Amino acid sequence: MTVLDTGDKRPGIGTDAVEVGRAGLADPRAASLTRRTLPRQVPWAIAGGGVLLTIVFKLTLDNWALAVFLAGVIFIGVLSAVSWRFEDARRARDRFATSLISTAFVLAVLPLVSVLGYTIQRGYGKLSPYFLSHSMRGVGARDDTGGIYHAIIGTLEQVGLAALIAVPIGLLTAIYLVEYGRGRLAKTVTFFVDVMTGLPSIVAGLFIYAFWIMMLGFQASGFAGSLALMILMLPTVVRSAEEMLKLVPNELREASLALGIPKWRTVLKVVLPTAFGGIVTGVMLSIARVIGETAPLLLLVGLTQSINTDPFSGWQSALPLYVFDQNHAGNQFAEDRAWAAALTLIVIVMILNLAARLIARWKAPKAGR
Amino acid sequence: MKATTTRTADRGTDIRTDPEAGMTKRIEVSGLNAYYGSHKAVEDISMTMEPRSVTAFIGPSGCGKSTFIRTLNRMHELIPGASVDGSVALDGQDLYGSEIDPVAVRRTVGMVFQRPNPFPTMSIYDNVAAGLKLAGIKRKGDLDAIVERSLRGANLWTEVKDRLNKPGAGLSGGQQQRLCIARAIAVEPQVLLMDEPCSALDPISTLAIEDLIALLKERYTIVIVTHNMQQAARVSDKTAFFNLAGPGQPGRLVEIGDTETIFSAPTEESTADYIAGRFG
Repeated sequence: MTVLDTGDKRPGIGTDAVEVGRAGLADPRAASLTRRTLPRQVPWAIAGGGVLLTIVFKLTLDNWALAVFLAGVIFIGVLSAVSWRFEDARRARDRFATSLISTAFVLAVLPLVSVLGYTIQRGYGKLSPYFLSHSMRGVGARDDTGGIYHAIIGTLEQVGLAALIAVPIGLLTAIYLVEYGRGRLAKTVTFFVDVMTGLPSIVAGLFIYAFWIMMLGFQASGFAGSLALMILMLPTVVRSAEEMLKLVPNELREASLALGIPKWRTVLKVVLPTAFGGIVTGVMLSIARVIGETAPLLLLVGLTQSINTDPFSGWQSALPLYVFDQNHAGNQFAEDRAWAAALTLIVIVMILNLAARLIARWKAPKAGR
Repeated sequence: MKATTTRTADRGTDIRTDPEAGMTKRIEVSGLNAYYGSHKAVEDISMTMEPRSVTAFIGPSGCGKSTFIRTLNRMHELIPGASVDGSVALDGQDLYGSEIDPVAVRRTVGMVFQRPNPFPTMSIYDNVAAGLKLAGIKRKGDLDAIVERSLRGANLWTEVKDRLNKPGAGLSGGQQQRLCIARAIAVEPQVLLMDEPCSALDPISTLAIEDLIALLKERYTIVIVTHNMQQAARVSDKTAFFNLAGPGQPGRLVEIGDTETIFSAPTEESTADYIAGRFG
């Protein structure tokens, strides 16, 4: 480093600055806006090398996870080193961080994609109109027949009822917290909503079991399950709606109030429509959160193999219960049915999600000309 | 005037007692203090704003102009912890009296804010009609006429008449601000408060709004907060200068007088200094 002989001992002046300054005087190109850059293909070539290396490791070590891990580490190392050598330190750090972040992304998506892929692979073959429109009534262990109609009915009714109760209560709570709540009561409500967010689903199930079935003496039914699901949905609805309402600019409330519009109409006609898209998304998230719940349903819904369209009396089934039940049946046909039911559950969540997005887009604030 | 009488019928306390008395009202403020929690933001203000005239508030940032203007239509108290004492009288009726409905006050004393804030979910038409529709005081029949009249009044009609059903958020900043003015005058207030209505706008939109103020003052009592001396000199009949003694001190009214006098021969030295740009 030639910096040392400048004799510049002033504090606060970094060596880099001095170096750049001197170089700038000597060579006008150094101060220019161009930098040495690796050709676009080089990182991809290194990535290709990484893939080859993975295969080599796989063949020698016979362990996919280890092979991918080792090749990944070597890939990141080589790319950073090449960049350090042929570009500069800042680029090298940039490439290092970019690789790490991309890796993290892949690691995060991998389980999701594999769960979905595997479920489709195992479940797709069994899905058929027959499977979707028949119950398990009278299906023996050696029969390839039977379906999930009763479970779909049960899930839709139980989750629908739960949403019917939880969404208005949750939304009103959120409106109270954001628009009206001040002081102790609001703080207490927020605290309990937070506590409820972490409530294990089996506890919600046991609570309803103790309260609804043992204390009040009702029988197990779809509605008992709905009550438990409602308890689990509520905090998610409150939390997401609260965040969405908070995002509505205060200027809009003031504009409305300054027109002499009463507060309740301001909330109803200005604040809620502005937050509508986000609230719908939040409700969908809360439904997705509870639609796969098994534990409380095991306690509360009973488990039937036949169709029961009445959620208020008699046992019902539900998709997660069905998957649980079939998985325990221990024969090949039952296992296929379990996978197909799991796939159906995922598809239902996806359809609900898409519907929510469409509604949200249709109702979203518009800025078009 | 017909609109006024229909509205008088369905609200408990309506402070527009006599519909024949004309649209504009005199505002008399006396001994007004405004607080945020325990912090006093504005101290001991007494002044009168004449009907059919424009009163401009000038003064350095943080001197309480905006706080004060918001006490004139009871918007100040909407901020958690905020409170007011003293009196604001609209043609003799105290707006802070116990029997007064703040919602009715805000319908009578309209407000235009610093940043244009059209309702993002509504069309241009619905934005203008919002005050009437949402307060539940107008049927569909005469809405069309009121919307057109308000947009004409805000000098925006020719620009938007072919796209009334398009979203209001799609207009330019200046147009949005005029839309907000149209929205404010659609409910036929008697006083119009404007809190730095041009500070987010370019000179051409500013000019359009200043022209509009000159038109509106024939029908409304107008109070405008501005940081722009030339604007205060151009549009106002009276000018009030606010100042504060130091950081953390409450804002006070230094003096109020005819705009010409304030700008040429103010009584207080600090006013002259401020107008000349020597501080603040």
